[in-house]
Amino acid sequence: MAFEYAPAPESRSVVDIAPSYGLFIDGEFRPAEDGKVFKTVSPSSEEVLSEVAQAGQSDVDAAVRAARKAFEKWSALPGSERAKYLFRIARIIQERSRELAVLESLDNGKPIRESRDADLPLVAAHFFYYAGWADKLGHAGFGADPKPLGVAGQVIPWNFPLLMLAWKIAPALACGNTVVLKPAETTPLSALFFADICRQAGLPKGVVNILTGDGSTGAALVAHPDVNKVAFTGSTEVGKAIARTVAGTGKKLTLELGGKAANIVFEDAPIDQAVEGIVNGIFFNQGHVCCAGSRLLVQESVQDELLEALKRRMSTLRVGDPLDKNTDIGAINSAEQLARIKSLADSGEAEGAQRWAPACELPSTGYWFAPTLFTGVSQAHRIAREEIFGPVLSVLTFRTPAEAVEKANNTPYGLSAGIWTEKGSRILWMADKLRAGVVWANTFNKFDPTSPFGGYKESGFGREGGRHGLEAYLNV
Amino acid sequence: MQTPGPITPAYSPQAAERLASMADVTASDAALRRFLHGLPGVDAVGLEGRAATLGTRSIKTTAKAYAIDLAISMIDLTTLEGADTPGKVRALCAKGVNPDPTDRTTPKVAAICVYPDMVKTAKEALDGSGIHVASVATAFPAGRAALPVKLADTADAVAAGADEIDMVIDRGAFLSGRYMQVFEEIKAVKAACARPDGSAAHLKVIFENGELATYDNIRRVSWLSMLAGADFIKTSTGKVAVNATPPNTLLMLEAVRDFRDATGVQVGVKPAGGIRTTKDAIKYLVMVNETLGEQWLTPDWFRFGASSLLNDLLMQRQKLSTGRYSGPDYVTVD
Repeated sequence: MAFEYAPAPESRSVVDIAPSYGLFIDGEFRPAEDGKVFKTVSPSSEEVLSEVAQAGQSDVDAAVRAARKAFEKWSALPGSERAKYLFRIARIIQERSRELAVLESLDNGKPIRESRDADLPLVAAHFFYYAGWADKLGHAGFGADPKPLGVAGQVIPWNFPLLMLAWKIAPALACGNTVVLKPAETTPLSALFFADICRQAGLPKGVVNILTGDGSTGAALVAHPDVNKVAFTGSTEVGKAIARTVAGTGKKLTLELGGKAANIVFEDAPIDQAVEGIVNGIFFNQGHVCCAGSRLLVQESVQDELLEALKRRMSTLRVGDPLDKNTDIGAINSAEQLARIKSLADSGEAEGAQRWAPACELPSTGYWFAPTLFTGVSQAHRIAREEIFGPVLSVLTFRTPAEAVEKANNTPYGLSAGIWTEKGSRILWMADKLRAGVVWANTFNKFDPTSPFGGYKESGFGREGGRHGLEAYLNV
Repeated sequence: MQTPGPITPAYSPQAAERLASMADVTASDAALRRFLHGLPGVDAVGLEGRAATLGTRSIKTTAKAYAIDLAISMIDLTTLEGADTPGKVRALCAKGVNPDPTDRTTPKVAAICVYPDMVKTAKEALDGSGIHVASVATAFPAGRAALPVKLADTADAVAAGADEIDMVIDRGAFLSGRYMQVFEEIKAVKAACARPDGSAAHLKVIFENGELATYDNIRRVSWLSMLAGADFIKTSTGKVAVNATPPNTLLMLEAVRDFRDATGVQVGVKPAGGIRTTKDAIKYLVMVNETLGEQWLTPDWFRFGASSLLNDLLMQRQKLSTGRYSGPDYVTVD
């Protein structure tokens, strides 16, 4: 008899989702002025979770006005006072982490194991970290008394809804700015719960405002004349549009965009751990990770051994119900994203790469894509050049370290890279030559609030996290 | 690597022929050293991370019931104390045969593990039960004795009826790089496990991971022992500060998997020491399941060296069947 894991679902009853939510402006929830709403669904079941307001231009105006009004007092508070609020928010997040993890898995489709063990601890850690900076800004290397910028307009993606919110809001508030944040259209709920946390923490009205809506809401927010700072995480295409909007306005801009990271495995790599790193690099969060290791560059001398081990490991991945504690790969976030993944995977086959996926049964409702591997991929294939943003790995090979660097850098992106070798000097040599904002050695997709994160080239500019992350929210 | 033909158990006579295909790597001290040092390195952070992630698997209801019974059936119920007496050993044997007197559907344990001088007592007490007698040998736990003494220790336990021998390697020789000496010693002990009728006691080779200290060493000694003919590889004696841990056991599971892929010979794994709770035991079974698969999920290929683990498993088993937690007075002390 085989060891079959019985279903182990996390309880949904720990989270109470209201049938509808308004916009969070000036410390109050209110409907959109024109009364428009849209539905948010659970991608694993297509069940409607709630109805949220669609913010229009007048709502954006009201939110920016509230933030502007709150800015005067908030920015004048001593850093140590702002820190108290941030520490309080961090603690409430920890206390409510189970509820928020379940909510995130429901709205986004990611496995509860990841929302519980990765997203939520990092969210709290980010607030704790920037809370610590709030009264030490004079020691951050930006002058004795650096000033905040004003109102920050922030637009975040659907892949890590609450974590991206933390990356945006924590440093902004620590530096004394006020914010208007727009969560992604498909994952608005955790930001609305965060609004409730702000109230619970007694945060002054108007310091944080949350506007739900689609792309038009985001466009109105970044174009608003009274916004001093724009921060965006998302696709390169939208990032370019925002850059055009903001150009010439004097708004400070940071963009964290797409990626096509190379995960480079040398013949002297710790093979078992490299396999784990490859799996974690591309299948973490269904591959909906801008820094995902979507291109595996493997040295030809270990190609067969590594691919066999990788396939064996992929066969043990458990795809299914995001709320089951034993699920490794959850649902694709939306029908639209699923269609994009399918079309790019099909192009891989059409262009001559070999497709492989382990036998796995996908649920009949919801949006699903099996973990997939392409071998025989060349630099010219679309699946080697375009960001798929799904659980699809393209395998390329190299012969020498110089060739590895050349291929790794041969992309319009430059967000992250991974190096797998037991040879320390080679790690340093490679890291020096790779044009990527983050270079991981013998690990992948490791995040920490103390470490700056950001891109080269079409992956964007500006850094989030660490001391560097303060610069984006200070007038320096 | 492709599996070369059908799988051969390490204890079968055909295993030696299979191992002959690897004879070149054990032909000389230099060849053995080159081979062991050429094995892929182990990244400690990654290994420990993987073991921790597997430890988050949530094993509930039917899966838990299956895992508890499987774990009970894999226990080498152990008493290795200076104060052991025939009475104590007989009591432990009775417990092994019938772990829960209130529930006769409880599986029996795999083996009773004792010092060599208690083998005869245990063998008599277990007569007809199907439970094996395992004996530690080779100057357990330090292994600091001359080879003839170790071989005599082994032969004595086998002659007294031991079905399985748990030997310790010479950690001093291994740490000073005398790999061939360790290899030859394991071969000699394996030879001493032979019985006059041509059969042989199964050989478990104890590494004492806590003393080898690095994961690279544990991978090397795993291959060395398997090449020398180990039927089982075992983490530790239970007598030092660090015994079985999820990462060091996971590493050994990876080694037996790779060894089977390379040679076609299947070797068992026994974590020992420090596994005291059902929760811990289930974590190990999950590691076996997701690293090696169901072929290793039997007492023939995976064992727990433990003493207090059994009672925790029994209490959890009672909880599953009655819905209530009992207490230590509702399971027998031994």
